Amino acid sequence: MLQVLLIIFLISLFYLSIANRMTTYVNVLALQGVLLFFVAFLELKSINTLNLILILLETIIFKSLAVPIFLKYVLKRNHITREAEPYVPNFVSLIITTVIVVTTILLSNTMEESYLDKMYFVVALSTLFTGLYFIASRRKIITHVMGYLVIENGVFVLSLAVGNEMPMLVNLGIMLDIFASVLILGIFLNKIGDVFKDIDVNQLTNLKDY
Amino acid sequence: MIEIYLIGSVIIGTLLFFNRGKALNYTLIWLFIALQCAFTIYACMNYNQTESTYFTFDSLGIIMLLTATIISIPAVIHSHIYIEESEEKTPRSRATYFGALVILITAVSSAYLANHIAVVWIFTEITTLSASALIYHHRNKLALEGTWKYIFICAISITFVFIGILFLSLAFAKVSSDDLSYKNLLAHSALLNLSWLRLAFLFIFTGFTAKLGLFPMFTAGVDAKDKAPGPAAALLSSIVMCMGFVGIFRFYVVVANTSLLHWASLVIGIAAFISLFIAAVYMIKVKNIKRMMAYSSVEHMGLVMLGIAAGGIGYYAAILHIVLHSFVKSSLFFQYNQLYRVFKNKNIYQLGNYFKYNTTGALVVLLAFISVTAMPPSGMFVSEFLIFRSLFDSNQLILLLVVLLLLTLIIWAFAKNIFKILFIPAVNFDESTVPALSPWRSVSQFILIGGAAYLGLNPPLIFVDLIKTSIMLLPH
Repeated sequence: MLQVLLIIFLISLFYLSIANRMTTYVNVLALQGVLLFFVAFLELKSINTLNLILILLETIIFKSLAVPIFLKYVLKRNHITREAEPYVPNFVSLIITTVIVVTTILLSNTMEESYLDKMYFVVALSTLFTGLYFIASRRKIITHVMGYLVIENGVFVLSLAVGNEMPMLVNLGIMLDIFASVLILGIFLNKIGDVFKDIDVNQLTNLKDY
Repeated sequence: MIEIYLIGSVIIGTLLFFNRGKALNYTLIWLFIALQCAFTIYACMNYNQTESTYFTFDSLGIIMLLTATIISIPAVIHSHIYIEESEEKTPRSRATYFGALVILITAVSSAYLANHIAVVWIFTEITTLSASALIYHHRNKLALEGTWKYIFICAISITFVFIGILFLSLAFAKVSSDDLSYKNLLAHSALLNLSWLRLAFLFIFTGFTAKLGLFPMFTAGVDAKDKAPGPAAALLSSIVMCMGFVGIFRFYVVVANTSLLHWASLVIGIAAFISLFIAAVYMIKVKNIKRMMAYSSVEHMGLVMLGIAAGGIGYYAAILHIVLHSFVKSSLFFQYNQLYRVFKNKNIYQLGNYFKYNTTGALVVLLAFISVTAMPPSGMFVSEFLIFRSLFDSNQLILLLVVLLLLTLIIWAFAKNIFKILFIPAVNFDESTVPALSPWRSVSQFILIGGAAYLGLNPPLIFVDLIKTSIMLLPH
């Protein structure tokens, strides 16, 4: 069951790489939150109950409800519907994502490691690099934020892999999540949308050296 | 005491956020400085004690805490002046500024003393949030751009550090303990899994470079220092950089005690050299005085990390250099505000003949320039010389030659611009609007620069002992 969930998580990355509509991105993020909820529930067996409840609540409330709802609100208020002109065509994005996943699988096979389930390692690392790739290849600030959230989900998967031995690290992952939420709230409630009407990174080029 | 300090600072910070009264704001901020000083004295008196499990008043922590406290006093004085002179002051922006300042200083001080890698990470996170509130002080489009870049790069760096910690926990899997404190890591360094440790070091090092201002994540810091108000930029280029250094250094001590010592030094050395190179290239081109100062910080952090990479006397020199750099660079940023008051511009073409308009201020710029470029009477000459010696000792002659060449370029670029600002009149400059600035405003800078010279040329025995104890665990 865990394997199935993690594979669905991996597939959601492919879906993200060809998505065009901003609402699709938000929905996939919410789906990833739900998947992480179940993974955490199934994986963290030897953790104390109170801590487990905290982690589960965090995944369901922050990852799959609060952040997506807030992102949708931002999208609606700023009238953003599509990811206009990505730097690379969707088809190429799909190929790059595939290359990333295949590379991480090959990488994980070269590592001799008995303490870590390789499945987690592959999913986490490919999510991390796909997120970085999204940030590098998209133009809108809000897509960058979503890329960051994808990275964070990947990191959360990795922290679940060691969660049974070191529950503290999962809690740190939650702190990272809360930090990101504060960041998004802070930036967008400070009316970044009013200052940058289109919220495009191409407008963020005024700070330069000469 | 650390609990009292943390709770007290959080209360003062929150009160500052919500109380917009002017007198109350200033009372609270001085109350915080009193708390900070009391805490520092307490930490010095309880040398080597551990408090609340996660904080140890060890030698490196004490050195950095003292530096932070010394710099935060003039920072508050200059913030006071800055806010009062600012044209767009509102009770809200003042309250946010001072609230964020309190949280920043507290988080940085606690990160110095934390003995557990995860605790350092949490405080690093808090500094990102509070620093971004300071950078966004002006609330205009450019400030927003600077803040956004800073936040985003720092957020990714923090995630990198977290991934590094996760890998570290995997490297630690063989040990039947889940305590990731530096002491425990050092005690079990022989049992660490080297391939995971390698990954962990790469990620943690890359993550902390955003705070340290080293290649590859240095860009965030440069933009931030450009847009942040002068006193805040002074903190960003001194105590926050020290925090990045502490984050890397403490973990480096662990790695240095395994067989990865040589590899880790190589990684640090490469990043340091590239930083120096980048600093040299940009310093020649850059026309914005504030960015030039920020790139000069990148250069110095490159030198500090070269000292660490070379080892031997370099370890001692690196810590000495980063402390002296904090004093000198913060005084330069404090002076920047007066410079801006005179010329209302930060483009080098629009600045000039500063000696005529503000003689004491110009003296500060001149002395700070001599210190920053490490010319002989200044304290940084000693530390830089020791770093060169460590490179010489480790037989890196070619590297040393290239570094010296790059430094010559940097000194040339810096001197060209500083002397233009000090002596050559600016074209079409309207003298009638120059305000008269009190010489008293430069006193704190003289003290900081003088202190740096004193610490460099004639270091008190206790200071030398503290540095020596901090590097004791490194292999010699």
